[in-house]
Amino acid sequence: MAATTIATPARRRLTVKQRLSRLDVKLSPYLYIAPFFIIFALVGLFPLLYTAWVSLHRWSFGSDKPDAYVGLHNYQRLWHDELFWNSLKNTVSIFLISSTTQIVLAMLLAVLLNEQIRFRTGFRIALLLPYATSLVAVGIIFSNLFGDQFGLINNILGWFGLNGINWHTDRLPSHLAISTMVNWRWTGYNALIFLAAMQTIPKDLYEAARVDGANTWERFRYITVPMLRPVIIFVVITSTIGGLQIFTEPRMFDPIPGTGNGGASHQFQTITLLLWQEGFRNFHLGYAAAIAWALFLIIVAFAIANFFVVRRISSAEAEGQ
Amino acid sequence: MTTLNATTPQAAPPSAAPRVPRPAPRARRRGRGWRPTLLTYGLLTAFLLGSAFPLYWQVLVGSRESTTAFDSTPPLLPGGNFFSNAQRVFDQVRFWKALSNSLIVAGAITLSVVLFSTLAGFAFAKLRFRGRNALYVFVIATLAVPTQLGIVPLYILMAKYGWVGHLQAVIVPNMVTALGVFWMRQYLVQAVPNELIEAARVDGCSMIRVFWHVCVPAARPAAAVLGVFTFVMAWNDFLWPLIALNPENPTVQVAIDQINTGFSKDFSLIMTGTTLATLPLIIGFIFLGRQIVAGIMQGAVKG
Repeated sequence: MAATTIATPARRRLTVKQRLSRLDVKLSPYLYIAPFFIIFALVGLFPLLYTAWVSLHRWSFGSDKPDAYVGLHNYQRLWHDELFWNSLKNTVSIFLISSTTQIVLAMLLAVLLNEQIRFRTGFRIALLLPYATSLVAVGIIFSNLFGDQFGLINNILGWFGLNGINWHTDRLPSHLAISTMVNWRWTGYNALIFLAAMQTIPKDLYEAARVDGANTWERFRYITVPMLRPVIIFVVITSTIGGLQIFTEPRMFDPIPGTGNGGASHQFQTITLLLWQEGFRNFHLGYAAAIAWALFLIIVAFAIANFFVVRRISSAEAEGQ
Repeated sequence: MTTLNATTPQAAPPSAAPRVPRPAPRARRRGRGWRPTLLTYGLLTAFLLGSAFPLYWQVLVGSRESTTAFDSTPPLLPGGNFFSNAQRVFDQVRFWKALSNSLIVAGAITLSVVLFSTLAGFAFAKLRFRGRNALYVFVIATLAVPTQLGIVPLYILMAKYGWVGHLQAVIVPNMVTALGVFWMRQYLVQAVPNELIEAARVDGCSMIRVFWHVCVPAARPAAAVLGVFTFVMAWNDFLWPLIALNPENPTVQVAIDQINTGFSKDFSLIMTGTTLATLPLIIGFIFLGRQIVAGIMQGAVKG
């Protein structure tokens, strides 16, 4: 009772201005985060969930209503679609080739940049230039460099008396060429991220290890790698999410990009390329939605698996000490 | 943590009881991995050439005749056909239109992402409100959501409302990113002292004035980095613009894709197109390179 009698006059004494000010403090945070949540819900989350609904229908391009409800038919079709399994294999193959080599190269590059070199800023900027280059341009340039008949790379092989490689028509070479493209664009960027993390490792750790007689390789393996663990996990997971959705590189690598075939016998057609082809070339939006959902689940599975694998590897290394 | 303990000097003495005489480590210091060797510069130069070569190749082919791309021993220096090739690019596609479209799209997306990320980042970093932690966990969780996979319904909706072929179809879906909010929040947590906000409140500032006069000036470095990366991403985006726009109203990426059709290709024309498309960002990177490099490295430490 007493509390309320004291509180009421106090509240009454608040001027309009003070009340507004209280309201301001209460409401402002929600107003500030509202644009993000509203826009994200509308253009990010909702379409993703709506994809599941579209995937249960036959839905032709250009119509804003489904043609018919077909249940899980699109998923059954997906399960028996050789092109889907083919694209899954290609995606995983390109992803594994590119991400493993990229992390090793980026790590090497970071170690080099971490030394007390001259022109350090110049080197760093130059190595970041590929990141600023458009993927469409990169795809066109590399498709030309890796030309099967007259490409520069086969010409150079020819100077040494070697046979040209069918970079476009053969499966594995095409995956190698596309991985080269991916790595060209991202290695410098990831190297800078590794480099930043390396520079936070206390120097005394290395000093102490040196006193204990550890050589360069041992210092790298037992100090640098374990200390970089969080950054490695970050890079691996982001490159997984991006790598499994790869689209522009294989599309532009195709001599006839407009089809979305990913090579004459689909030898480098990736899942997103198939999704685009089914949805926006063959106009089967329902089926394309089913592909999108399948890819979504694959990405989630990979991201989780990645997380555990990287953690296991790095903690094993830390214990190996 | 285990590594830390195992290698700190405190752990060493028992095994190193007969103390190593001084000269030995000093002699080894010569070969220490920190001082760059010729090998270091050699490898770095190799990386550098690898980075630069494809860019040089497009300029080389783009400034010569169309057969250059297939020469068995291509020339080393650019030729003089760049401007005539560029003229042909302008004749074939609406390149100026594409360039201004790309500037509008990337500019609008950048402004919107930076503004909304700073607002939300400020709220999450510095303001107290009910549900803050749960909402922030949601933001973190959405970092890993591949929203690009929503393109099918997004297209259906855009077609229904007549947005297909218009720039807003490309701008609106990219107006916010979870990464942006995360980035600005991480930065603002330590960049804005709580005392400063309280002082401004005591002086009678409304919340929005606190945001504008205290948070925004402090946020500038991080906002600039976020802006650069958003711009690069928006400028180079391809899948969605390819679907949502048409040849009459393209972005630069969609326009160079158009030149790249047909079975027998005119590579000097195409490479001139790619050069024109990459030039603006490359120039920007060379001028702002120092800040961009610093930005990536700063963000990586916190991320």
